[in-house]
Parts: sequence; C-alpha cells; structure tokens
Amino acid sequence: MYYVDLLVIGLTFGSMYAVMAVGLTLVYGLLRILHIAHAAVFALGAYITVIVANATGSIALGLLAAIMITPFFGVAIYRLLYQPLLSYRPDVPMIASIGLLVLMQDGFRIVFGEQGVAFRNNPYAIQTFDLHGVTINTVQIAMMVAAALIFFGLHAFTTWTRIGVGWRATVSNAKIAASFGVDAIKVRYTNFIIGSALAAVAGGLVALLDNFVDPRTGVIVSYKGLAIIVLGGLGSVRGTLIAALVLGIVESFGTIFIGSWLNRDAIAFLALIILLMVRPQGFTGARAA
Amino acid sequence: MSAYSISLISVIGINVMLAISLNLISGLCGQISLGHAAFYGTGAYAAALVMVSTGNLALSLLAGAAAACVVGIIVGFASLRVRTDFLAVTTIGVNFLFTGFVRKQGWLGGEMGISRIPPSGLGASGNMVMIAVFALAAIAFGLYVNASWMGFVFRAVGEDENAASTLGIGAPAYKLTAFGLGTAMAGLAGALYVHFTQFITPDAFEFHVSVMILAMVVIGGMGSTWGVACAAIILTVLPEAIRFVNDYRLAVFGALLVLVMRLAPGGLATSVKHLLARGAKS
Repeated sequence: MYYVDLLVIGLTFGSMYAVMAVGLTLVYGLLRILHIAHAAVFALGAYITVIVANATGSIALGLLAAIMITPFFGVAIYRLLYQPLLSYRPDVPMIASIGLLVLMQDGFRIVFGEQGVAFRNNPYAIQTFDLHGVTINTVQIAMMVAAALIFFGLHAFTTWTRIGVGWRATVSNAKIAASFGVDAIKVRYTNFIIGSALAAVAGGLVALLDNFVDPRTGVIVSYKGLAIIVLGGLGSVRGTLIAALVLGIVESFGTIFIGSWLNRDAIAFLALIILLMVRPQGFTGARAA
Repeated sequence: MSAYSISLISVIGINVMLAISLNLISGLCGQISLGHAAFYGTGAYAAALVMVSTGNLALSLLAGAAAACVVGIIVGFASLRVRTDFLAVTTIGVNFLFTGFVRKQGWLGGEMGISRIPPSGLGASGNMVMIAVFALAAIAFGLYVNASWMGFVFRAVGEDENAASTLGIGAPAYKLTAFGLGTAMAGLAGALYVHFTQFITPDAFEFHVSVMILAMVVIGGMGSTWGVACAAIILTVLPEAIRFVNDYRLAVFGALLVLVMRLAPGGLATSVKHLLARGAKS
C-alpha cells in the first residue's frame, strides 16, 4: 500500500503541475516565449484565494476571486512586456520574464511578509478518507478532479468551439491560420486569459493543500513548469499532461529511492536534463530545439 | 582602511570576475547560461576541500578553477545539443541539481556547509589585494579575448551559429572553449570567495545568485567587458549605498532587468554608445 500512497501523492502533484503548465506551453506555442513569470500569476492566484477566503469566510469565493482577477494580470504581462519584445531574440523576453518573476516574488515578501498568509479556516486539508488503506484528503481529490475536468474542458473547447479551433490552428501555424481569417491577437488574449485562470486554480489548490502561501510559493513551480513543457514537447497540451504526471510520479518515487542523495527538486531537474539530452524533441515529438 | 571597505572591495572584485566570466559565455559566445552560480559553487567547494586538507593557497585556487572548468565543459556539451532558451532551461536545471546535490552530501557538509576553513595567511587586506588583482586581470583578459581572433569567432557564433558554421568555423569547439574559460574564471572567483569568508553554505550558490550575475551582464550590456564590469560594481555598491535598495534587493534587481530588457535590450554599454554618437554628431 505504501507504493500506492506514493503513486497518489505523485498524481496529485502531477495534476497540479499539469494545470499550471498548460498556460506555459500554450504561450510558448503561440509566441515562442518561455513565460517564466507565469509562476508569479500562480502565486498571485494563491494569495488572492487565501486573502479573500479569510475575509469572506468562504474558500469557494476565494478561488472564484482568484480566477476572476488573475487573467487581467496575465493579459497585462502580455500587453506591456511581451508584445513589444516579440521581434527580439527569444532570450530577451525570457530574461524580462525572469526579472518580473523575481520582482513579484520579492514584492509578495514585502507586502505580505516572510511568513506569508495562512488560511484561518481550512477544514479540507485535514479531512481524510481511507480507501482500502490508502489515505487521501479532500484537497488531493479536488486536485485530481479539477485537473481531469480542466483537461476535458480544454479538449472540448479546442475541438468544438470556433475560437478553440482557431486557437489550435494559430498554435500549429500562425500565418496559415491568419490567412484563413483567424484573429491572432484575439487568440493571444484568449490564451493569456485561460492560462492565467488555470494557474490561479492550481495556485489556490496548492495553497489549500499547504494551508498557507509564502514567498516561496511558485518559485520552484516556475522552473519545474519549464521542465514539464520542454519534456512534453512545446506547445502540446497532451504532452504537457503526460510529462506533468510522469514528473510528479518520478519525484515522489525518487525521493524514496535516491532521496538521500538528491533533494526533490534536483530529482526533477535531473530527469529533465537527461531527457533533454537524449530526446530534445520531448515525449510527443514536437520540435523543441 | 576600515574592515567594511575591505570587505566591500573584496565582494566587488568577486562579482566583477563572475560577471566577466559569464560575459565570455553568454555575452560574447551567445550561450545563455542561467546556472553560473553552480560553477561558482563548484570552484568554492573544491577550493574549500583543498584548503581544509592541505592549507595551500595556490593549490586551492588552482583546484577551484580546474574543478569548475571540468564541470563547465561537461555542461558545455549540453550547448551542442540544445540552443538559446532551451540551453537556459538546462542550465537552470544544472543550478538546482548542484544545490540539491550539495545539500544532501555529508562529505560536503550538507545544509551546514563547510566551516573553519584555514585562513589564506594573507590577512583581510592581503586577501582584498589578491582579489582585486585577479579582478583586474579578469577585466584585462576579457578585453584581450574581445579584441582577439577568438573573440571575433565567439561573436560570430553568438550572432548566427549556422552562418559561422557555413564559413568553416567549428562552432562546437568554440562553444566548449567559451564554457571552459568562463567557468574556470567563475571557479576561481569561488575559490577567492572561500578565502574571503572562510565559510561556505549551499545558500550562497542558489539560483537567485545566477540571476544576479546574469542581471549584471544584461544590465551592463551583453558582450561589453567594460559595461559588464561597471554594472557589477554599480549593482554591488548600490545596495550598500542606499538602504532601501538593500532591503528590497531582489525586487530592485528584478525591476532593473524588466526595465532594461523593455527599454534598452542592449544594456548600459549600447545606451552609452548611442549617447556618445549623438553627442559627436551635434
């Protein structure tokens, strides 16, 4: 049962990585920018969830507020930072993005303090269920259900709606999509709105699981997010999902088997480096480098 | 000289060396590395181990540079496999791998790091002079490489690797050379840091240190040795001079990175050049 427990932990982490990384991979697919500041959007979502939940007493309202507010921030990043830098080498917007992340992280520390903010009333993280010897709490279940719903929703959106199809077309070839009348600018805004809202969901749920947010929330997730989208084959939603789940499981088993030798984050990056060297095109074969 | 200015000058010297060494790799040769703190740390740990076991100053400096150079060339092979932003992701990974590895190693002191490193025997001001001499040598070396044939090829590879290869330049060999030289210099800076503090922990080589070094190179102007050296000095002195900057150091660095990339992606060096050109015209 011990290994099943590890698998469950790996899957919950993996599903949150996946929800967070979808926004990243789609930004890369559209703009060829490594959107590292996405982690700041994730952290912002977590802070909003905690603060609004504490103020109103309703965690659902906190999550809703995070989902409503973060898209504005994501769109602002695109409009004010990335759009003017699109004509430069890809490392210019990437460095700007790192700068923004560092600025936001320190900003969170300055505004909310080193200790961060904790939920005043969060019953879900300690509400556990026992499924034939495997212990799981409500937040972990919510994470997996949310990830499943989100990926099903994304699939439906990109298959059956007009704007979704246009979005997919633009990711695979912007010029041809534009010549068929897809509005590339609208696609980009849609992309940042949806990606940021999803990051907020992931941020809020991770905050619920930890029961607090602090300035370190999002630091590691950001760079791991890069690892995931690279492994997944950039711009591929399916690849991102697979890579995120694999990484979550590799991490949770890795901490048991080589945990005395490397820490959790180092294991994730070791997996990334090995895969990047062996298969630079990622799991699904989309061109990466 | 007060102890404060001695330590400030030492830190400036180390940062100048780090910035110039990264400039060789990222500025001249165009290989974005976001894991420079890992090489800095490799040099520091190697030097610390040598100091603890032999107490020999020259040997520790040599060990620092050599160890970082070996690791640097290994990582350099990654630059033959992946390019630009992917190389950046790989090197970020190298940095996390380095600190994650060191934190778990008993023989490297784990989380506590290595303390009670024997003194270099030069005293604080002697150390400062040594660091300053190495920093000046690093600037001279940076200028020399920039003006040499090798620097010319580095720039060609950095600007357009395919075009350089078409002209018969063996880009892989030059990329590895850039990594080898740059990381050896970073390792030397790490060894000097060991003699400066006599105490190291993994925290000193975290990823944010890599971001800080990259900030110096980017703000100074990629590829310009003078610009990068000036930026390293300014960014080291600024937090000391202005209290506000010291409290919000990372926020200020982040904001500067965003502003420089957004408004003048060429950095200080290019902006100054434009100003001078405009002045000469009018």
